[in-house]
Amino acid sequence: MDISINWLRTLAASIEGTADELAAALSSRAVPVDRTKVVGDGLDDVVVGRVIEVAKHPDADRLSLCRVDAGAGEVLDVVCGAPDVVKDALYPFIPAGGTLPGGFRIERREIRGQVSNGMLCSEKELGLGRDASGIMRLADGYTPGESVPRALGLPDARLDVDLTPNRIDLACHAGVARELAPGGVADVALPSFGGPDWTPAWESGDRSAAAGGVSVSIEDPDRCFRYLAAIVRGVTVGPSPGWLQARLRAVGSRPINNVVDATNYVLLELNQPLHAFDLARLSGPEIRVRAARGEPHTTLDGTEHELGSEVTVIADSERPVALAGVMGGADSEVSSVTTDLLIECAAFDPRHTRHTARATGLATDASYRFERGIDESGMEAAIQRCVELILTTAGGAADEAAIRVGRAAPDLVRVKLRPARVRAVLGLRLAGEQIAGLLEPLGFTVEAAGNVADPAEALEVTVPGWRVDVRTEVDLLEEVARRYGYESFPHERRSFRPSAVPDSPVWQRGDRARQALASFGMFEARSSGFAPESRTSGRAARLLKPLSEAESVLRTDLVPILLGRVEHNWSRGHRDVRLFEIGNVFQATDGPEARSEGQLPVVEETRVALVATGLRRPPHWDGSEGDLEISDLKGWLEDLAAGLGIGEIQPGEPGEADEGLPFGWPQWLGDEKLCILRDGRPVGVAGRVLTRAVDAPVWAASVYAAEFRLDAVQLEDRRAYRDLSMFPAVSRDLALVLDRAVPAASVAREIRSAAPDTLESLGLFDVYVGDKVGAGKRSLAWRLVFRAPDRTLRDEEVEEGVGLITANLEDRFDARIRSS
Amino acid sequence: MSGKEEEGSLRETLESIRVEALEAIREAEDKESLEKARVRFLGRNGLLSRALSGLRSVPPEERPEAGMTANQVKQTLETTLELRVDELAAAMAPKEDEGADLTLPGRRQWRGGVHPVTVVIDEICDIFRELGFTRAAGPEVETDWHNFTALNIPLDHPAADMHDTFYLDDGVLLRTHTSPVQIRVMMESEPPVRILAPGMVFRRDPYDASHAPAFEQVEGLAVDEGIDFIEFRAAIDYFVSRFFGPTTRTRFRPSYFPFTEPSAEVDVSCIICEGSGCSTCKRTGWVEIMGSGMVNPAVFEAVGYDAERYTGYAFGMGPARIAMLRYRIPDIRLLYEADVGFLEQFA
Repeated sequence: MDISINWLRTLAASIEGTADELAAALSSRAVPVDRTKVVGDGLDDVVVGRVIEVAKHPDADRLSLCRVDAGAGEVLDVVCGAPDVVKDALYPFIPAGGTLPGGFRIERREIRGQVSNGMLCSEKELGLGRDASGIMRLADGYTPGESVPRALGLPDARLDVDLTPNRIDLACHAGVARELAPGGVADVALPSFGGPDWTPAWESGDRSAAAGGVSVSIEDPDRCFRYLAAIVRGVTVGPSPGWLQARLRAVGSRPINNVVDATNYVLLELNQPLHAFDLARLSGPEIRVRAARGEPHTTLDGTEHELGSEVTVIADSERPVALAGVMGGADSEVSSVTTDLLIECAAFDPRHTRHTARATGLATDASYRFERGIDESGMEAAIQRCVELILTTAGGAADEAAIRVGRAAPDLVRVKLRPARVRAVLGLRLAGEQIAGLLEPLGFTVEAAGNVADPAEALEVTVPGWRVDVRTEVDLLEEVARRYGYESFPHERRSFRPSAVPDSPVWQRGDRARQALASFGMFEARSSGFAPESRTSGRAARLLKPLSEAESVLRTDLVPILLGRVEHNWSRGHRDVRLFEIGNVFQATDGPEARSEGQLPVVEETRVALVATGLRRPPHWDGSEGDLEISDLKGWLEDLAAGLGIGEIQPGEPGEADEGLPFGWPQWLGDEKLCILRDGRPVGVAGRVLTRAVDAPVWAASVYAAEFRLDAVQLEDRRAYRDLSMFPAVSRDLALVLDRAVPAASVAREIRSAAPDTLESLGLFDVYVGDKVGAGKRSLAWRLVFRAPDRTLRDEEVEEGVGLITANLEDRFDARIRSS
Repeated sequence: MSGKEEEGSLRETLESIRVEALEAIREAEDKESLEKARVRFLGRNGLLSRALSGLRSVPPEERPEAGMTANQVKQTLETTLELRVDELAAAMAPKEDEGADLTLPGRRQWRGGVHPVTVVIDEICDIFRELGFTRAAGPEVETDWHNFTALNIPLDHPAADMHDTFYLDDGVLLRTHTSPVQIRVMMESEPPVRILAPGMVFRRDPYDASHAPAFEQVEGLAVDEGIDFIEFRAAIDYFVSRFFGPTTRTRFRPSYFPFTEPSAEVDVSCIICEGSGCSTCKRTGWVEIMGSGMVNPAVFEAVGYDAERYTGYAFGMGPARIAMLRYRIPDIRLLYEADVGFLEQFA
């Protein structure tokens, strides 16, 4: 929303300060100002020039030769590049020797053999607008030679106000003036246009009324609360006077003609959207506010619409002539031949306006305001001001009888405000008068302010009509707080009670998992949660309106997403990639009929995933590191099992999970598969990813991946101290030759089951397959460490234990002890 | 046994210890065997100590001489031992011509690390923990009631325009902020509530340098008796000075969020230029870091809290944006690409 500072000052002369100062004041008190911009600076050399003759340049089709009266007593020859120079019209002119804003100096020079003594300027060249298509025509009534900045009231400065949805009252100059004027509303007065006054005599009705041969009816009072109409006859439609054009230009609004400009002026001054119909083009003539009936309609931007019943229209006796609260229609638009006008000043329902705007894809200055609510109590004043401005700039006469349909302007809202509440919520001990002193400059009236002794007693606050956002006590608290000044609150510390809500295990588990995975040398990735359908499994939940097909569903697994990130890294030439992510995955449930009350059609679960490929360790000059293998992956998982208790790591694919969401991506795994089980239930999967499942360059190494449920991470601290034995340990190495098919884990289990309880640790230190053990066999060499807590073990004891173990192994697996 | 004999045998013993020990020391080829020799001969229960205990039975007049002999042996052995230690150390040291160039890079492990946004989230949570806050979690797929209605955002209202929402089904959406976690926590627990809700949020914004359709948010909520605007401001000031440093200033400006009133936008003095004006702060000297305010009583009513008894404050900030500010990351997309060249800079 653009606000002109010059315009503000015409409403409240007490507003002082630079644009930046005013922007800072508005930001600290009400709404942010995105930026300020000086308009029309550096135009000192620009004067009004009248083109008294135009001719074609003899040697250039696109150039014209103008004779320009710039008021200096002589007529200057000027070559102009614009296609549309009009004889006797006024334009901004810079005589030779003058400069454009920015310092470009205009010289007397020859253009294709013709002398040019200056330059006729476009809006863009003067920094007054974006239009560079032609030179800028000035309104009639200026004198050649007159200073253009003085004529247009320049320089001006513009505040680009970033309105919050509640402060619609600040979408106009009067609203901003009330906030910024030192005395508030008392300082704000609407300047007179110097033309005729108009005092209407209202013909009122609940649903319909008529005057001057025109009838107005509201067919659906839910859609339109009030409709005011004035008739102005005998106007001369033409350009607005310079001051009015300048006002509109200063806030980036294009002047159109004196009638449309008047409605726009009042909109920007008082916030009331108005519309002028060409009365001659209204059938009846009559106005009906009603739901559309599937009719076609062309809005004045030239767009054709098919209007459904959600759209509210203004219709005449035959067809829609405007979209209520949004935009006028093309065929009732005011044009240069219009003489009689119907001026509409209405209050449309916010929701229906929103529906009309949505259905037609239009968002206008009018719909923006109606959607947020207008000041119904200010409508009479607004239409009066608009009619007076039209009478001033376009002549004609307004019918005294004017039409007013709908409810009466509602009474101003009264809200109770307890000083005790000011203290409770804001922490400020303010007396009634102090509160009144903060609110009254904004147009609130505060009753019984001086004699409310009990802070629990309420003040009666009457809300001005334009503050449609203030309806409850807390709204007034905000007014008090911001007028008091957020920066003026005392700096005090309060004591506090800690949260009764315990720290969520989700985050605690995440902390533990993150720490462990980062210590493995992995980087944490964060991704969007979206996936292409091709990388999902089960029933992926689909977005109704995705941004792209690649992000059209919610991810069902993390690994496929991380593999996509690995591919990205490959494309950047990174061969060593180790990533992990902690995030949610989603599955759609069986449709709305299958879900119970309050249950979402999408279930989600938090998972941890990792992917890794490339060298096991950073390259070292001795070349000792190799690429990651399944054993590295298993080692990580074993570390996670030991450190985070995620479960037991086992070969093979997990069975069907009976709780939680399924793991879909293991279809991409080859033979090297692992699963993570807790209490026999699958909580995770891992393995080597099939080469064909990823788009890998030839130089890429194998990719390993794992994914498990975050809730597999244990939080209970089950550690307990065991006495350190003071007695020496005895170790024995045992090399066993077994059938290759015997799993190492089974051998370990059997060693443990047969061992005496003095077996302290068991480790596999060598695996050998080859000639020395024979075909179909392999040797597994174990180191067994024995220790007793209370004595030094004797050799015989240890030998006896080893004997039991070997006997068991021979018995179970037909194992042979390999002599070293 | 006579004293003479005792003395004679002690001297012999000492001599044989000396010879044996010197041989053992000289033959030791590594630290371990040297240490063994030291323990054997010079240790507290070593041969020399044991031999010296025989000194007590030597007649008093001969003890000085015997003691001197014993000391000489001890000194000899100690000196020889030290020399041998040095010799061995010298022998162990790698020779220059064998590649003992210690300027060569060492053998390293891969360094991993958490994401820079996680770093920021954790730091935010750690600071608010000092103010009695705990962390809460909630679903990313939400109902429109939790995401909008309960937060005083009518579905058919311009305020809902501030959130361009991904819908999955009628009334089912991807949360547009982590504020619905507030609602879930309050519906399950009674005050005092002081929680943080970090997590992903979703908006229908296409990717560009400063927008992503999914990004992180940390929401905070404090509800109890007696919480006022002054406490709210003090809490935010405390956070800012702990997070950005004590010289960073805060600025509170009026703003609008349906679920807080009064609402405030919090700016901090620009951490890049310290307030003098740069491109990061668009020459204003200030950077917006969070939306905040006193909890709107309408929210308390939605969750069944007594709005007369309890007051509170809430705030929300974007750790991705804060990470970009802090680490001077120019494009938000870098955060979500998982390029290892990017991530390793934060490891």
